[in-house]
Amino acid sequence: MELNENEALKAPDASGRFGDFGGRFVPETLMPACLELEEAFNESWADPSFRKELDDLLADYAGRPSPLTDCPNLSELLGCRVLLKREDLNHTGSHKINNVLGQALLAQRMGKTRLVAETGAGQHGVATATAAALLGMECCVYMGEVDVERQKLNVFRMRLLGAEVRTALSGSRTLKDAINEAMRDWVATVEESHYCLGSVMGPHPYPWMVRTFHEVLGSEARSQCEERLGTTPDVVVACVGGGSNAIGIFSGFADSPAELVGVEPAGGAAVGRGVPGVVHGSRSFLMQDEFGQVLEAESISAGLDYPGVGPEHSFLAASGRARYESVNDAEVVEAFQLLSRLEGIIPALEPAHALAWVSRERASLAGKTVLINLSGRGDKDVDQILQLLEKEGRA
Amino acid sequence: MSGTVEEALRARREAGGKSLVIYVTGALNDDFETTVLAVAAAGADVIEIGIPFSDPVMDGPVIQEANEKALKGGATPANILSRLQRLEVEVPLVVMTYYNIAAHMGLERFAQSLAKAGVAGCILPDMPLEETADWAAVADAAGVETILLAAPTGDDARLTAVSERSRGFIYGVGLLGVTGVRSELASSATEIARRLKSLTDLPVLIGVGIGTPEQAVEAAAAGDGVVVGTAVVARMLSPEGPQGVAALVKDFREALDASCA
Ligand SMILES: Cc1ncc(COP(=O)(O)O)c(C=O)c1O
Repeated sequence: MELNENEALKAPDASGRFGDFGGRFVPETLMPACLELEEAFNESWADPSFRKELDDLLADYAGRPSPLTDCPNLSELLGCRVLLKREDLNHTGSHKINNVLGQALLAQRMGKTRLVAETGAGQHGVATATAAALLGMECCVYMGEVDVERQKLNVFRMRLLGAEVRTALSGSRTLKDAINEAMRDWVATVEESHYCLGSVMGPHPYPWMVRTFHEVLGSEARSQCEERLGTTPDVVVACVGGGSNAIGIFSGFADSPAELVGVEPAGGAAVGRGVPGVVHGSRSFLMQDEFGQVLEAESISAGLDYPGVGPEHSFLAASGRARYESVNDAEVVEAFQLLSRLEGIIPALEPAHALAWVSRERASLAGKTVLINLSGRGDKDVDQILQLLEKEGRA
Repeated sequence: MSGTVEEALRARREAGGKSLVIYVTGALNDDFETTVLAVAAAGADVIEIGIPFSDPVMDGPVIQEANEKALKGGATPANILSRLQRLEVEVPLVVMTYYNIAAHMGLERFAQSLAKAGVAGCILPDMPLEETADWAAVADAAGVETILLAAPTGDDARLTAVSERSRGFIYGVGLLGVTGVRSELASSATEIARRLKSLTDLPVLIGVGIGTPEQAVEAAAAGDGVVVGTAVVARMLSPEGPQGVAALVKDFREALDASCA
């Protein structure tokens, strides 16, 4: 499929397709809700008062703009200039808040009283619980049993914020199954609930709407880079689970010469190991067996433990505008420690994937300027890493 | 052109009766074939065979458990279809599975495999009207009836459009929610049946949330019949075997027949 580079991040077609990917593969019960959401989003996004309300919240509540940080120590070690987009400094600790504030305002405008969400690492759940608290909405978050165990701190945060956390016990008991449960809840409560999806996946309009809410981070990064570097970076790197932080930062550089790199976990490499398939509402690269059963992903990072990827990433991969690489858990733990020690910044395990790739590729990146999206902070992960290092006798 | 599913259901309606469609999970047990034959003998008008999928978002815990059990036991789309092909069943068969199972095999190949196995119709619950065109083209060509779902959330224009594209029957979703037994029949079941009846001449069957013969009678009163899944699958998962399943189906059949007498 040929694609003009400048068309890379345009709106999908009327059926929600980015090339061959996307669509709306949902139970009939949800179709009217998808159509209504698309219309409400279009109408709100065109409304200056909605945009102002969101911009104000992003600035005064979430703490935008997030800084751009140069990493002199890491740069010296790796031999390339490393810059971080500091989404870890947002309120609630990750990029997820950008999307959630947008969706929560939209849901309220649509007259919905309840937010349903899924979460892997818990960051999207915490962001959703936060927005629900702020706007006085009910909130129910689904989380796989495995993730409830490894992200205890975030489970507690959600409960403090007044959300109900429901444990998903089926399948891999991680993000994939939390999404199944959230969709079932939405099927049953669609009249009062908005499904606040946490990444650029799901049925149209989600992949496009969530990307639009994250464009703020890409456009900030673009102007910060131009100011700091006088130009755009050579390479823009971000971790990819569903792919929302990656698409957010890519959106700022799609029409620049920058190379765009998405980094997946080796055990959940949808683009790297998947073939096109349909699950959770859209057609995209998906890890599946020879019969079309969805495989279970396996990653140290709960936020990336997902066998699929958002459809726009499949499109960017197929068109060649972005490339997708993978790193293993050991490389991620290394990178997690490296950034902490060298720069005084403890990253979340998710963006540690992006860092791990840069660290591994230092030879080919020599002399280049590399922008990494630091999508979240590592507070939630220190307990898990402590246990792991203790087990290995390294703590 | 009306296919065999539609013919069977129209025949029941013309005879003044109410239709009974029974869902069974494909290859759930070793005695799966015996179960299908027993369900037919007990009075099902059409049998829906579920081809298990790892992520069945339209299904509740019982059918999901059955899916997982069947998959663990080695169930695959091809082996379910070849087991069906060898089976001589008196009533039309329909397959229910999720879009990815069909897409992974290739839509055209999947449609042809259904036809080859003697399956008359197909339900893909995560395929709404807007995504139906690609599948419907190859299903029509293979002579497989594409049965679409109509939900209580649709307005009349949408219900009409869905009914017009549906073949075999229109599957009215009885409630907002996934498959599973409920203690009471939702008022939405009667409501969606009534609305669909006023919009289409296609047989209107109500499913999702029908767990007892009493509920079936109530839902069928406003429409042309019912689809019963979870209650049957729960029986398949119990130690009662094909005869237990058949006894349950017989209860549904007798209750529906008595309500029309
Ligand atoms: C910090 C952080 N980064 C990334 C992700 C993965 O999401 P996405 O791929 O949509 O950016 C998560 C998910 O929990 C996260 O918490």
